[in-house]
Amino acid sequence: MAFESLSDKLQNVFKNLRGKGRLSEADVKASLKEVKMALLEADVSFKVVKQFIKSVEERAIGADVMNSLTPGQQVVKIVHEELISLMGSETTELKLKNPSDVTVLMMMGLQGAGKTTTAAKLAGKLKSKGRKVLLVACDVYRPAAIKQLQVNGEKQGVEVFTMGENQKPVNIAKGAYEYARKNNFNVVILDTAGRLHVDEDMMEELQQIKENLHVDQALLTVDAMTGQDAVNVATVFNDKIGIDGVILTKLDGDTRGGAALSVKAVTGKPILYIGMGEKLSDLEQFYPDRMASRILGM
Amino acid sequence: SGYSAIDDDFYEEIEEILIMGDIGINATNAILEDLKQKVKEQHIKDPSQCKELLINSIREQMRVGEVAYRFEQEKSVVLVIGVNGVGKTTSVGKLAGKLKDQGKKVILAAADTFRAAAGEQLTEWANRAGVEIIGGSEGADPASVVYDAVCAAKARHADVLLCDTAGRLHNKKNLMEELRKINRIIDREYPDAFRETLVVLDGTTGQNALEQARQFKEVCDITGIILTKLDGTAKGGIAVAIQSELGIPVKYIGVGESIEDLQKFDADEFVNALFHQESND
Ligand SMILES: Nc1nc2c(ncn2[C@@H]2O[C@H](COP(=O)(O)OP(=O)(O)OP(=O)(O)O)[C@@H](O)[C@H]2O)c(=O)[nH]1
Ligand SMILES: Nc1nc2c(ncn2[C@@H]2O[C@H](COP(=O)(O)OP(=O)(O)OP(=O)(O)O)[C@@H](O)[C@H]2O)c(=O)[nH]1
Ligand SMILES: [K+]
Ligand SMILES: [Mg+2]
Ligand SMILES: [Mg+2]
Repeated sequence: MAFESLSDKLQNVFKNLRGKGRLSEADVKASLKEVKMALLEADVSFKVVKQFIKSVEERAIGADVMNSLTPGQQVVKIVHEELISLMGSETTELKLKNPSDVTVLMMMGLQGAGKTTTAAKLAGKLKSKGRKVLLVACDVYRPAAIKQLQVNGEKQGVEVFTMGENQKPVNIAKGAYEYARKNNFNVVILDTAGRLHVDEDMMEELQQIKENLHVDQALLTVDAMTGQDAVNVATVFNDKIGIDGVILTKLDGDTRGGAALSVKAVTGKPILYIGMGEKLSDLEQFYPDRMASRILGM
Repeated sequence: SGYSAIDDDFYEEIEEILIMGDIGINATNAILEDLKQKVKEQHIKDPSQCKELLINSIREQMRVGEVAYRFEQEKSVVLVIGVNGVGKTTSVGKLAGKLKDQGKKVILAAADTFRAAAGEQLTEWANRAGVEIIGGSEGADPASVVYDAVCAAKARHADVLLCDTAGRLHNKKNLMEELRKINRIIDREYPDAFRETLVVLDGTTGQNALEQARQFKEVCDITGIILTKLDGTAKGGIAVAIQSELGIPVKYIGVGESIEDLQKFDADEFVNALFHQESND
C-alpha cells in the first residue's frame, strides 16, 4: 500500500496521548488532526467531520481534561463517546403494530443499494417472529425486478403481491394493502424502485404512496460504501419523504462505513439493521458502539 | 472564487471541494502538496490562476485517447466485473446497444448465475439492444457459461462478446478465484481475441472504490473503468485517486437507466462537474 494505514496512525496517536502525563493545546490539536484524517478516510461527510472535531476539541481543551491525571486517556475517551453518541447511543428495534393490525414498511433508496434483497431478508426475519408477511412488487421499471422479488420471496416462503409492470406503484401499494387486510397478513413490505434523490418525478411517486397509504416505517436503504454523497441523499429523502429508519447494506465488505455516521448525523434517524451478505439470512441488528469502532478503524 | 490571495483559506476551500468530490484525503493532500510546489516554482500570485493550474492538471491526468476504445473495432471479449449493485448488467446492456448501433455483431454471456433473476434481467437488455444472449440457469457454473459463450462467439463470428458477471465483494476470496477461472477460460479458448476487462465502479462510492480497483486488478488485467450513476449529485472523484495510484483510466460513464445513458468518458466534463459545487452553495 502506498499510504500508511490511517488506523495504524490513529492507534499510535492514541497510544502517545495515553502515555503523556501533561497535554498542551497543541498536542490535542495535532491528535485531532489525525482523527479528522481517519474520519475522512472512512467517508464520513466533510461537514460532519468538521463539526465533530470542533465539539471534541471544545471538550478536550477544557480545564478538567487538561488538568486531569491522565489527559491523553480523557481525549481518547471523548472521541469515542462523541462518536457513539453521534451514531445513536443504543440499538433501536423496528417498530411494528400489534399483530391484529397491518404494519406497512416501505423500502426506499438509490439504485442498487440493496432494497429488494433487504426486503426479502426482513420478510424472513419477521416471518420467523410469527408475523404473516406480504412482499409487494412496486418496482415496475427495473428489468426483471418483479421476478427478482418473486424468486427471493419463494426462497423465504413469503407470498409476493404483484400487479405486473403496467400499473402505477401507488395503485399496486393500495391493492396490496386491501389484499393484506382480506387475507390476514399483518406486515406489508413495499419494494420500490431505486431512484436518485434529485429525480423529482420519482420522488413524487414515493410521496404519493405515503399520501394514499398509511406507511408506518419508511426505511432508507444505504450502501455502506457510499461516499460524500450520503448526506445529500439522506437529507433529501428525509425532507421529501420522511425517513423512519435506516438499513445499511454490504457491511460484509472492507469499507469503514462512514456513511452511517453521515446519515445518522444529518437525519437523526436510527440505523436499524445491517446487511452482512447476499444470503437472505445475512441481516443483523445494528450496534452503534461497534460501528463507531469500525469507522475509526479500531 | 472570491479569494484575493493564495492563502490558507484558499487552500482550505480547494481541500473541501476535492474531499466533497470523493477524491479522498490522501490524494487530496498529494494534490495540494504538488500544487503548492508549482505555485512556488512558477511564482503564481493569482488565486484564479492557481485554480486553473489545478483543474488543468487533473484534466490532463484523466484524459483518455481514442486508442482506449480499440476493442470496439476488434474481435473482442469484454469481461465486466465489480462489486454488488454498481451497474454491471445495465452497463453491459447499454454497451451492447451502442455496439449494435455501430453495426457490430454482439453476443452477451449471462455469467451471473447467482443473483435472483440476473439472467432474466440481462435477457431483457439483450432484447432491448436486439442482440443474442447465451444464458445459464440459476446455480450453473459461471465459467461454463463463459465457455459456451466463447464457443458461440467464435462459431458465429461475433465482433464483440460481452460477459456480465455476478456482483462480488473484493474481499471474498472464493468469488475472486471464480473470476480468475473465468479469465483463464477466455485466455485458453480464445487466445486471438482482443481482451478488454472493465471494472464497474458506482460513482456514489467513496474511498472503498480504490480498494475495489486494487483487488480486482490482482485477479484480472483491468483495462478500464465504467463509472456509473453520475446523473445524481455524486462526482466520482475517487477515480482520480485510482488513476494516480493504479493507472486505470475511466473509459465510460453511466448517466441514467436507459439504453442510451452510457457515454465515453470526457475529462473536461468530469473536471468541470468536480469543481462545480462551489457555485451552488
Ligand atoms: N455483499 C452484499 N451484497 C448485498 C447485500 N445486500 C444486497 N446485496 C447485493 O447487492 C446487489 C443489489 O441488491 P438489490 O437488492 O438488487 O438492490 P436494489 O436496491 O433493490 O436495486 P434496484 O432495485 O436496482 O435499485 C445484489 O447483487 C445483492 O445481492 C449485502 O448486505 N452484502
Ligand atoms: N441512475 C443510474 N442508475 C443506474 C446506472 N447504471 C445502473 N443503474 C441502476 O443501478 C441498479 C443496479 O444496476 P445493475 O446493472 O443491476 O447492477 P449490477 O452491478 O449488475 O448488480 P448485481 O449484478 O446485483 O451485482 C439498477 O437499478 C440500474 O437501473 C446509472 O448510470 N445511473
Ligand atoms: K451502490
Ligand atoms: Mg430492487
Ligand atoms: Mg448484475
